[in-house]
Amino acid sequence: MFNEMTGRDGTLREPYAGVAKWLEETGVDLLQRRSEEAEAIFRRIGVTFAVYGEGGDPERLIPFDLVPRVFAAAEWRRLDRGIRQRARALNAFLHDVYHRGEILRAGLVPADLVYRNAAFLPEMVGVEPPGRVYSHIVGIDIVRTGPGDFQVLEDNCRTPSGVSYMLENREIMMRMFPELFDGGRVMPVDDYPDSLRNTLEEVAPAACKGEPTCVVLTPGSLNSAYYEHSFLADLMGVELVEPQDLFVDEGLVWMRTTRGPTRVDVIYRRIDDDFIDPLAFRPDSMLGVPGIFDAYRAGGVTLCSAPGAGVADDKAVYCFVPDMIRFYLGEAPILENVPTWRCAEPDARAHVLDRLEELVVKEVHGSGGYGMLIGPRSTAEERAAYARRIEAEPDAFIAQPTLELSACPTLGGGDLGPRHVDFRPYCLVGRSMRLVPGGLTRVALREGSLVVNSSQGGGVKDTWILSE
Amino acid sequence: MLSRTAEHLYWMARYIERAESTARLIEMGQRMAMLPGSGARDEWRSVVMAAGAADLFGKDDRITEPAAVRALLLDPANTSSIRSCLSKARANGKAVRTALTREMWEALNDGWRRLETVDGDTAALRRELPDILDWTRARATLFRGAAEAGMLRNDGWDFLRIGGFVERSDMVLRLLDVKYYVLLPETEVVGGGRDHHQWTSVLYATSASRAFHHVYRGDYAPWKIADFLILNRAFPRSLLHCYRETGVHLDRIARRYGKRHDCHTTANVMIARLEDAGMGELFRDGLHEFIGEAIRVTGRLSSEISRAYHF
Repeated sequence: MFNEMTGRDGTLREPYAGVAKWLEETGVDLLQRRSEEAEAIFRRIGVTFAVYGEGGDPERLIPFDLVPRVFAAAEWRRLDRGIRQRARALNAFLHDVYHRGEILRAGLVPADLVYRNAAFLPEMVGVEPPGRVYSHIVGIDIVRTGPGDFQVLEDNCRTPSGVSYMLENREIMMRMFPELFDGGRVMPVDDYPDSLRNTLEEVAPAACKGEPTCVVLTPGSLNSAYYEHSFLADLMGVELVEPQDLFVDEGLVWMRTTRGPTRVDVIYRRIDDDFIDPLAFRPDSMLGVPGIFDAYRAGGVTLCSAPGAGVADDKAVYCFVPDMIRFYLGEAPILENVPTWRCAEPDARAHVLDRLEELVVKEVHGSGGYGMLIGPRSTAEERAAYARRIEAEPDAFIAQPTLELSACPTLGGGDLGPRHVDFRPYCLVGRSMRLVPGGLTRVALREGSLVVNSSQGGGVKDTWILSE
Repeated sequence: MLSRTAEHLYWMARYIERAESTARLIEMGQRMAMLPGSGARDEWRSVVMAAGAADLFGKDDRITEPAAVRALLLDPANTSSIRSCLSKARANGKAVRTALTREMWEALNDGWRRLETVDGDTAALRRELPDILDWTRARATLFRGAAEAGMLRNDGWDFLRIGGFVERSDMVLRLLDVKYYVLLPETEVVGGGRDHHQWTSVLYATSASRAFHHVYRGDYAPWKIADFLILNRAFPRSLLHCYRETGVHLDRIARRYGKRHDCHTTANVMIARLEDAGMGELFRDGLHEFIGEAIRVTGRLSSEISRAYHF
């Protein structure tokens, strides 16, 4: 296992020198106490995610680990280039599949995978979004297995969440341990909200004259990510609207205000495609804004992300992102994929079924770490049951080798021990591209666990990118 | 600003005020119950009436202290219980987090589940009650302070303040209504000496006891108390003061938006009437009638405000 602080052989790695010294000077007991303080602060501020219907506290905290995760400047340089490259390719792919479909004609991506994908929206064919951007916030989940080994585990093209934790984690670390930031070695992340606002303004629709009015659209205060929605709206200085605050008139979108209707130009929506417009999509949706999709198609408003952007972040389409990079950009991929077998392919399927006890098998449309089979941690019965599911519906599954994720020192059970981590940076795509040096580090708090999802006992850490 | 935001700010302020008023009403009830002869009167009924919670009890039931306290403090079915008010204030605040400062939110959020864990058992409740009531008033004070010190003076501020003052107007009127009714046997002239404690308890319920001393030097004539609570220009819970402040903020909004509505007329008519009237006049024309009418006007004002600003 690669320990990001001490490597494989126990020698302290340079980027962690400051953190290691701080850990030693502070001691576990004090860290433990400060950790409780941090939790109290998070709770008072209300940085929570909502879990309804399970009993207990409906508003929970994501556990925050005080020990930061650190990247050296050179490591980040490579990640930065790789992330931007991937975000460009994903957007090029989306434009392509909703227009000529060149990559499908070239035989690089199976047409069925796109056209029969539930996230593909035929209504979007031929629509030209401002700046040709479909996915304005691309969250790319990256894992590490060695000093120079970074791999992309997953892309998130719709509405990747968690960026509020990136900002709040840093805020709380700076408040509690100002001495750690002396000398300005840690690159700041607090310009993310401004970058997001600039990105949104850049993709204002043609119908917008003058300064665009941007809003954040939330399903409402019961949504599990509501805190993040309000946090981002607040930091950007824009309105946080709910669907009932909006209406469509004459092809334009308006919000109800105390002075009467006000035009809205750009909507950063945190509502899924299915629910955004009951006229265009699910008629039973109580959430949507009737007519908003037509207004979007006619260029009266910009939706971020574009409806239908999800077709690029499917776990089966994921396999082809390196091909997209080569096809659209003519470049070699800077960040590799994790080797993936698509069970839809007979050879791959046979291979997967043969080696279930070594692999991780995931549902193509799954998320949140649910519905996975982690081969090495499974029983023979679980594997047999899973194999039957794969055979019944091979298209619905992919498999990957069980990765030995890198680990970071983490406080738990009165001690500091290595826990596995992953990393999600947030790339902003408007007419230009912006990437704040940082991201969200998720950590599997249970010893030995590889599942970092907050729904399954994961926590978060502050992530540092060191300056040159 | 979004109409929904204005609505949430308005109601958030109302619920915070109401929680505080209910806390004071409970304290008033306890004071009255300690007075000689209280056993014969149905003190707690006047308290739950003033809190708008009389419907929870049967017409002829004797309302005991534990039952009243549970209804006013903890009952989630009672929309004016402190627990309901605080949780609704928080829900309103949560829906407009972006319109609040962090300190305002923290005042709403800190310990919001405290009342869920309070033991409804009589002895435990009695022991804890003074603490809980202090805590409730501290929440309201902290919230107002955080708003006062940190909030932008934009239209959101105006809607927040209007909500607070409309609720206060309503509260003082309901209290007077109940006390007046309870205190006025058909055959007796208002102002008899035996009402002394009843009237002073009204002062306690509005945190007006000290302030009243400053103005009237302890002369507890009922019309002076009524005068103080209705017409005093300096007392921040008097009806006139609350209406004047409501008027100030409504005017600010009208200037900002360049438009006046029915609610402006309603508020100004009431202000003019209160400014011109003397207490003698109000008593002569029937204090009870006046209070009943003022309650209706205040209700109308509230709905005119929501109509004017689309919420």
